[in-house]
Amino acid sequence: MRVGLFVTCLVDLMRPSVGFAALELLKAAGCEVVVPQAQTCCGQPGYNSGDRAAARALALKLVGEFEDCDYVVVPSGSCAGMIRVHYPTLFRDEPAALERVRRLSARTYELTDFLVSVARLDAPPGEFHGVVTFHDSCSGLRELGVQRQPRALLARMPDLTLVEMREATTCCGFGGTFAVKYDDISTRMADKKCAHIDASGADAVVACDLGCLLQIEGRLRRRGDHATMVLHVAEVLAGEEGACG
Amino acid sequence: MRLEAVQFRRKAAEALDNERLQRALEKFPSRFVDTRAAALAELGNTEQLRDAAADIRARTLRDLDAWLRRFERAAAARGATVHWAEDADEANRIVTEIARAHGVRKAVKSKSMVTEECGLNEYLERQGLEVIETDLGEYILQLAHEPPSHIVAPVVHKSKEEIAELFEEKHRKPRKDDIAELCREAREELRPHFLGADMGISGANFLIAETGSVLIVTNEGNGRLVTTLPRVHVAVSGIEKVVPTLEDATTLLRLLPRSATGQAITNYVSLLTGTRGAGESEGPEHCHIVLVDAGRSRMLGTELEPMLRCIRCGACMNHCPVYQNIGGHAYGWVYPGPMGAVLTPALAGIEQALDLPNASTFCGACSEVCPVKIPLPDLMRHWRERQTEQRLRPRRERLLLRLWAWTALRPRLYAVVARAVARLLHGLGGSDGLVHRLPGASGWTRGRDLPAPPGLTFHALYRKRRGA
Ligand code: SF4
Repeated sequence: MRVGLFVTCLVDLMRPSVGFAALELLKAAGCEVVVPQAQTCCGQPGYNSGDRAAARALALKLVGEFEDCDYVVVPSGSCAGMIRVHYPTLFRDEPAALERVRRLSARTYELTDFLVSVARLDAPPGEFHGVVTFHDSCSGLRELGVQRQPRALLARMPDLTLVEMREATTCCGFGGTFAVKYDDISTRMADKKCAHIDASGADAVVACDLGCLLQIEGRLRRRGDHATMVLHVAEVLAGEEGACG
Repeated sequence: MRLEAVQFRRKAAEALDNERLQRALEKFPSRFVDTRAAALAELGNTEQLRDAAADIRARTLRDLDAWLRRFERAAAARGATVHWAEDADEANRIVTEIARAHGVRKAVKSKSMVTEECGLNEYLERQGLEVIETDLGEYILQLAHEPPSHIVAPVVHKSKEEIAELFEEKHRKPRKDDIAELCREAREELRPHFLGADMGISGANFLIAETGSVLIVTNEGNGRLVTTLPRVHVAVSGIEKVVPTLEDATTLLRLLPRSATGQAITNYVSLLTGTRGAGESEGPEHCHIVLVDAGRSRMLGTELEPMLRCIRCGACMNHCPVYQNIGGHAYGWVYPGPMGAVLTPALAGIEQALDLPNASTFCGACSEVCPVKIPLPDLMRHWRERQTEQRLRPRRERLLLRLWAWTALRPRLYAVVARAVARLLHGLGGSDGLVHRLPGASGWTRGRDLPAPPGLTFHALYRKRRGA
């Protein structure tokens, strides 16, 4: 099974350890992993900012780079959702391109969804001692139905305890450029998330999207919480937390 | 209602700092979110029902003109007169003329968002008519001279204490602090108005094409009095409210109260058909129905058509994390939250509401709960795209986006830039590994730190590892 790993632009720039953790996990699940070197961004910032042309150009670029893989796996629900759900709408009026895009979209998975539904990873290689709470990232949850998969994987880690926080499925307020354009609203949304994390008493908050993690960690630290770890699910599952290559 | 959506940023910031409002907004999760979930869980077949509801609305919109004519014929056969208003002004003029023709001096009103859209109250008052809102929430707002902040619970932004103060001042009666007593006092104040009014003005939740009926759901019974007690009943409705049959309406009714307030059904469901017939004990002598377009027909046949499926349940705003934090007034018009972010630019003009479709994280909570499955984030994105096309976005934003896209399409250049940015951000990080001030993106660091990256990009590290 040849799997193309799309690490996403945010992981590439801000947190390479997530990419390596994903690599680890896919290998542990028995996949042959390739990382196309020309990959950049899925086009989501342009798409959500109303720049359809930019989004289409980047979509075609990505499709070309991953076409020869059996699957595309992405350690991000929102980028996976972009490819799986939104790419086809970008080309809905062009049958030829649409056909090609659809073929790739249908083979694209969010990482934990892939590990559970396709690769059937039984034993995550990592170790984690402590209590974690899980934040459901919006696109993964509502566009791809990622909810049970990351929890199922975390449940397979013997020393990890999962406690649910209140309103785990409420948006953390990141929203890409929203976080900067409407920073006051965005920060207030993060505040509520932080309060729920705090109340859960967990040692770490875990999510499937780096955007949410930057938002949550950024606000937790500013609020003076330097203790709660903020981790990508891949880092926990692979035992790569904090490692940077 | 005055259109102030251009002031979104200022109003949102004020709302975030308004402690009274924040306390009022805190009740949303328990009052609307949990109750809706419980009410729909009882049904068991929510998804099929939502599909059926969306289908009824979509089907009707495809032949809207035909269904409206059918409605007009059926209503006329039962003694009602149907009027067509192209815009708010015409609607206001029509209602005024009806009032004049029947020698009306005082009108009582039940809740109607389309009349808020038209500014009907102010218009009628300028023509010398007395207009009294009788929905408790709208009545409170009329006393306070405030616009509604929610389409179902218009006064949700106010606390019980504020209302007690307001009643004490306006009614000149001893202060009451108990909700039941406050309600009783309002009822006492309203009763003479009901009895003395010559005209009742209502909205419409649905117009039934096969019977020519106006269907209204309320919880206070004021809608009954408004539509049956005065000599003249005027129902004002957007043209999109028509549904073909009574059966269609009942399907929608299974979802509307459940989605709105978590009720299986509202306290009152009124089906008003024409004038009082011979031998009938209630109903108005004269019935007029004003069908208002005001920008709706422009949406037909466009990407925005699904928005016309809206049945005004308010679930999208109840579940919107942005609305939950800033309330409805920040949106600056009749329709707040996600549905307003789509409707306001459609009805009032794209440049009147540039912030609204952008002030969303696209979290999708709205479309997940919408009973008629309107893809609200997609429709907000539609407006973002129109803004980009019409060059209505700020120059700096356009420039940055273009630069980003241009770079992202050139992998080698992109890698160089990404490496430089990673190094830069790494350098900006303090000993605690956090960036506290970010030049060029101060919006981020005003309320948050940025976890500094390790300094090398994934791809650089990956190449190194592979080479090693
Ligand atoms: S858009 Fe949907 S959820 Fe929002 S008010 Fe309309 S029907 Fe209700």
